[in-house]
Amino acid sequence: MSAPATGYENTRVSRFWNATVGKKVVMAVSGLALFGFVIAHLLGNLNFFRSVEAMNAYARFLRVEPPLLWAARIGLLVLVLAHIWASIQLTALNRLEARPVGYVKKKSIGSTLSSRTMIWSGLTVLFFVVYHLMQLTWGVGGTQWEELKPSENIVAGFSWWPIAVVYIIGLAMLMMHLYHGIWSMFQTLGFSHPRYTPMIRSLAKIISIFLFLGFSSIPVAVLLGFRPPLQ
Amino acid sequence: MKLDSKIPSGPIDQKWDRAKFDMKLVNPANKRKYNVIIVGSGLAGGSAAASLGELGYNVKCFCFQDSPRRAHSIAAQGGINAAKNYQNDGDSIYRLFYDTVKGGDFRAREANVYRLAQNSVRIIDQCVAQGVPFAREYGGLLSNRSFGGAQVSRTFYARGQTGQQLLLGCYQALERQIDAGTVKMFPRTEMLDLIVIDGRARGIITRNLVTGQIETHMADAVVLATGGYGNVFFLSTNAKGSNATAIWRAYKRGAAFGNPCFTQIHPTCIPVSGDYQSKLTLMSESLRNDGRIWVPKKAGDTRTPNQIPEEERDYFLERKYPSFGNLVPRDVASRNAKSVCDEGRGVGPGGLGVYLDFAAAIGRLSEAVIKERYGNLFDMYQRITDENPYKVPMRIYPAIHYTMGGLWVDYQLMSTVPGLFVLGEANFSDHGANRLGASALMQGLSDGYFVIPYTVGDYLANSKLDKVEVDHTEARACLEGVAGLTKRLLSIQGKRTVDSLHRQLGKIMWDNCGMSRTGAGLDKALSQVRGLREEFWQNVTVPGSSDDINQSLEKAGRLADFLELGELMCIDANQRKESCGGHFREEYQTPEGEAQRDDENFSYVAAWEYQGPNQPPQLHKEPLEFEYVHPSQRSYK
Amino acid sequence: MRLILHIWRQKNGSSPGRMVRYEMDDANEDMSMLECLDVLNEHLILKGEEPVTFEHDCREGICGSCGFMINGLAHGPSRATTVCQLTLRNFKDGDILYLEPWRAKAFPVLKDLMVDRTAFDRIIAAGGYISADTGGAPDGNAILIGKDAADSSMDAAACIGCGACVAACPNAAAALFTGAKVSHLGLLPQGQPERDRRALRMVAQVGEERFGSCTNIGECEAVCPKEIKLDVIARLNRDFRSASLTSR
Ligand SMILES: Cc1cc2nc3c(=O)[nH]c(=O)nc-3n(C[C@H](O)[C@H](O)[C@H](O)COP(=O)(O)OP(=O)(O)OC[C@H]3O[C@@H](n4cnc5c(N)ncnc54)[C@H](O)[C@@H]3O)c2cc1C
Ligand code: HEM
Ligand code: HEM
Ligand code: SF4
Ligand code: F3S
Ligand code: FES
Repeated sequence: MSAPATGYENTRVSRFWNATVGKKVVMAVSGLALFGFVIAHLLGNLNFFRSVEAMNAYARFLRVEPPLLWAARIGLLVLVLAHIWASIQLTALNRLEARPVGYVKKKSIGSTLSSRTMIWSGLTVLFFVVYHLMQLTWGVGGTQWEELKPSENIVAGFSWWPIAVVYIIGLAMLMMHLYHGIWSMFQTLGFSHPRYTPMIRSLAKIISIFLFLGFSSIPVAVLLGFRPPLQ
Repeated sequence: MKLDSKIPSGPIDQKWDRAKFDMKLVNPANKRKYNVIIVGSGLAGGSAAASLGELGYNVKCFCFQDSPRRAHSIAAQGGINAAKNYQNDGDSIYRLFYDTVKGGDFRAREANVYRLAQNSVRIIDQCVAQGVPFAREYGGLLSNRSFGGAQVSRTFYARGQTGQQLLLGCYQALERQIDAGTVKMFPRTEMLDLIVIDGRARGIITRNLVTGQIETHMADAVVLATGGYGNVFFLSTNAKGSNATAIWRAYKRGAAFGNPCFTQIHPTCIPVSGDYQSKLTLMSESLRNDGRIWVPKKAGDTRTPNQIPEEERDYFLERKYPSFGNLVPRDVASRNAKSVCDEGRGVGPGGLGVYLDFAAAIGRLSEAVIKERYGNLFDMYQRITDENPYKVPMRIYPAIHYTMGGLWVDYQLMSTVPGLFVLGEANFSDHGANRLGASALMQGLSDGYFVIPYTVGDYLANSKLDKVEVDHTEARACLEGVAGLTKRLLSIQGKRTVDSLHRQLGKIMWDNCGMSRTGAGLDKALSQVRGLREEFWQNVTVPGSSDDINQSLEKAGRLADFLELGELMCIDANQRKESCGGHFREEYQTPEGEAQRDDENFSYVAAWEYQGPNQPPQLHKEPLEFEYVHPSQRSYK
Repeated sequence: MRLILHIWRQKNGSSPGRMVRYEMDDANEDMSMLECLDVLNEHLILKGEEPVTFEHDCREGICGSCGFMINGLAHGPSRATTVCQLTLRNFKDGDILYLEPWRAKAFPVLKDLMVDRTAFDRIIAAGGYISADTGGAPDGNAILIGKDAADSSMDAAACIGCGACVAACPNAAAALFTGAKVSHLGLLPQGQPERDRRALRMVAQVGEERFGSCTNIGECEAVCPKEIKLDVIARLNRDFRSASLTSR
């Protein structure tokens, strides 16, 4: 008998998680949710340009139902952890185990830089988010902060240029991550079609660039001296 | 030695059924107790291993490649014949039988060929069930095309990769049995001798090509399906590793060799481009369906093909054979190409080439249709030659392609050594003096899927086989012989590389025992081959050691056998004083230059028996009787 | 033409290897890459050195035996071409070429440019087949298969199992190879009954062999000599996912 292929022996869940393909599905699903969050977050953040009150009202609105808020936060946190855990396991397999001896010369001809650096863009985003939470959610980022006053907090932060630069770098990394990630998600979930796949690939690039422009418009605007009207 | 072909009695269409009914069966519970060795994992060996595994035998399968999927059958392009008559164009089992006997120039056994035609029908079914993606029509039915020498469309194909797809089907079935534990696979393992105990084949000696380990494997029956020996010629369309070692060493252990000189030259190969050339690339014969073959009328014409006006071209096949035109059988097409080149009308470097022109077909059908049909072949041609065949005619030249000869087998596919079965290209059986296109794949699969599962069972059920162990004296002697040979090859340390000697052998064989042969040429070749063999054993250099991967050593062992087989081929060709199929003796031709058979004196299979080193082999003749297809002059006019 | 070759030389699986420099003065444009190595080997043998070991058989791009990296590209710079069909026309006089074996844990080097790819066979053995014992098949035309389905299946079935996809993939993933088999069989009606089992078992075996995971990078598609497309990987993912959710 040849080496047993562990097709049916394990439980369904462990079989799924232990297979690289299954783990990738977890990443795609969590990635999709995170992507949804990022889009919603951008839309919310654009309130910043309307007025201080609009932005702060939006922040208050998010707090009206604490149980709901916490449910969403915990859900998101679990997904983030799953995403990170899976990505680290897979990357360890791919980079450390699957090819113990590397090439003297290696060229890439069929791939984007973004696709080859997902772990680095992902980790940078992670650090960015941690700092971002410290700065704008917990108020321990070293810039002036007040509960439920996000608009003021943002202005306070970004008017110091190093903070703005950190953000722009973080956002650029997010763009890199999604430049490949959005398309990759479809492929991982098994959607492929000769006509639509090329469209999805282009759309992924456009959306990721658009997200970058959308988010970074805020620090850039603040740096350039923009201050939202009060009302 | 007595040749008993064991052809069953009765009308031809009932022989196989009768034979099957008369066979003894092995009790299902006992199958597991029988060990069967199969050497070769091509269409013949792979299908045999899978089928015997399914039946429950304990199978060991060997191949020299790193995976059974790479057996040389993978390279077959054109297609596989089957008498399905799906096209309603008048095909039938009888017609396929008739065409094959006639195409083989009446040098094949009728009963075997009939069985082959019968089995052909089931092969397609079996392959479809395995998931072979044969070409289909829009409505979902199987598609067919017509192939060299046939006037009906009976060839099934999977793009230009039919052999690949059939082999993958068979390889997957084999892997399934490996997973199920009925077959144990030994890749990168070369068979180097046959163990014969009490007159029966009982095992083989192998060399593990990675560790160099020489090992003994015992069995109740041994099946050889090791492919053809076209590489005697060095340059051929065969894979570089294709070799005669397994069958040759079996020959030296008592298996008769049938019709060794029957080799097939394929007309459509890419011409040689330089002296570093390592092999010849076949362009599928299907190209002749749409391509027109021509040379300039004038000898020494140096104009480019497109500059030569229509009236100055000689479409020599269409001219000489109006009813078959470019689709005449391979031997006829090849010989005619050679003769126009001999007249100085050949094209390309060295004048060894003829044009295969698609301009007319592109005009008639459009470039898109041609691309759909032959796209991958055209790409391959362009990659190799740097010429665009959509714009400039291809250049082609004949090359050694297939060996109809092989170990002699009876109707049960058993050789003259009881318990040793031989399948596929390695046996001599079904193609006579010339094989029709798309028939080798058919034969390999017929042998492996539909013949051997019955006949091996019959042999095992009828034989009382004592248990033999690997330390049996015969087995040990065999093992030591192989080890000694390996040592000897490494110890010569002469001045010539294996390849340079092999090239030289190839040239001798091609010049004298190739497309056309003469008694005088064969005599000369015999002494040259013997001389070269002597030089080999004194002056070859084989670097490296025997206990790891050593490709030079592998090649040297194979060449040693080719150097002996080449001699036998010349002896056989010399003995056959007639022209038939691929065997063209210049002395025996009709006034129009066609092959002249001599049925009165040569209607037999020449089976050669080994008599010991440097002893002339002994010829045995199996007379051929034709009850159904009456020998006639083949005519494709 | 003249070429400088840097070739990975390694005596066997357990000894260390290194790049060795060779000069080829008598290369010729029409030669294939393998013929170039043949000529080099003839020189080496006559000089009393061990020739370079490389795998090859059909030399016409179909058996999948050959393959190594040339300047960081699996099968060299020409698209849809195996090294046995790669002519030196693809290089210039004086070019420097680095020849390295496929690199992956699942493909250990055996000697020089030769690696062990039996992991591929075990992946097929795990489920890359249709169970159809010899003898019981219905007529070939009993199942209708539309031309499009037959053609797409054939596109995937064209894989020669060379391993270039693994070699080129930054993750050393075998997704293109596995996807090609899953697609070849899954696109045909005959392949449906075992579709779930096939996906589950083949994916599990890929894991056992310690190939990397596919992150949809796409280098494999670019070097595949048979131009197998990435959609076979999507199909593999889909079959695995749906089998995981629905099968017992
Ligand atoms: C380029 C080309 C195109 C062709 N096209 C067609 C076509 O269109 N239609 C058609 O019908 N026929 C075609 N043929 C012929 C046909 O492919 C072969 O005759 C047929 O595939 C032979 O199958 P086989 O199983 O007998 O041998 P092979 O497929 O050659 O297999 C031989 C096996 O034996 C093993 N082996 C050999 N020696 C040893 C040893 N000493 N120890 C261990 N293992 C050994 C090998 O590893 C291999 O597994 C073509 C042939 C060529 C060369
Ligand atoms: C807001 C944050 C994030 C978003 C929106 C996001 C989104 C995505 C998406 C959509 C994918 C594609 C999944 C697939 O191909 O199936 C992906 C892949 C990946 N992510 Fe993230 N991700 C985020 C954070 C992270 C973090 C923090 C890490 C690292 C720790 C990370 C590491 C990776 C890696 C390595 C991949 C590649 C794996 C693959 O494509 O298979 N990601 N991400
Ligand atoms: C310029 C860009 C951004 C701005 C101005 C911004 C602004 C904010 C603000 C003001 C909050 C706090 C809301 C509150 O506590 O009431 C917040 C929370 C958060 N932001 Fe951002 N953000 C930006 C980009 C990002 C990006 C790119 C990510 C993720 C990749 C992100 C992830 C989060 C998360 C996870 C929270 C916490 C949500 C929670 O409390 O549940 N932000 N952001
Ligand atoms: S998918 Fe392509 S690169 Fe990979 S093994 Fe098959 S043919 Fe080779
Ligand atoms: S390059 Fe590798 S990551 Fe996937 S798409 Fe190809 S296998
Ligand atoms: S040698 Fe067969 S594919 Fe290159």
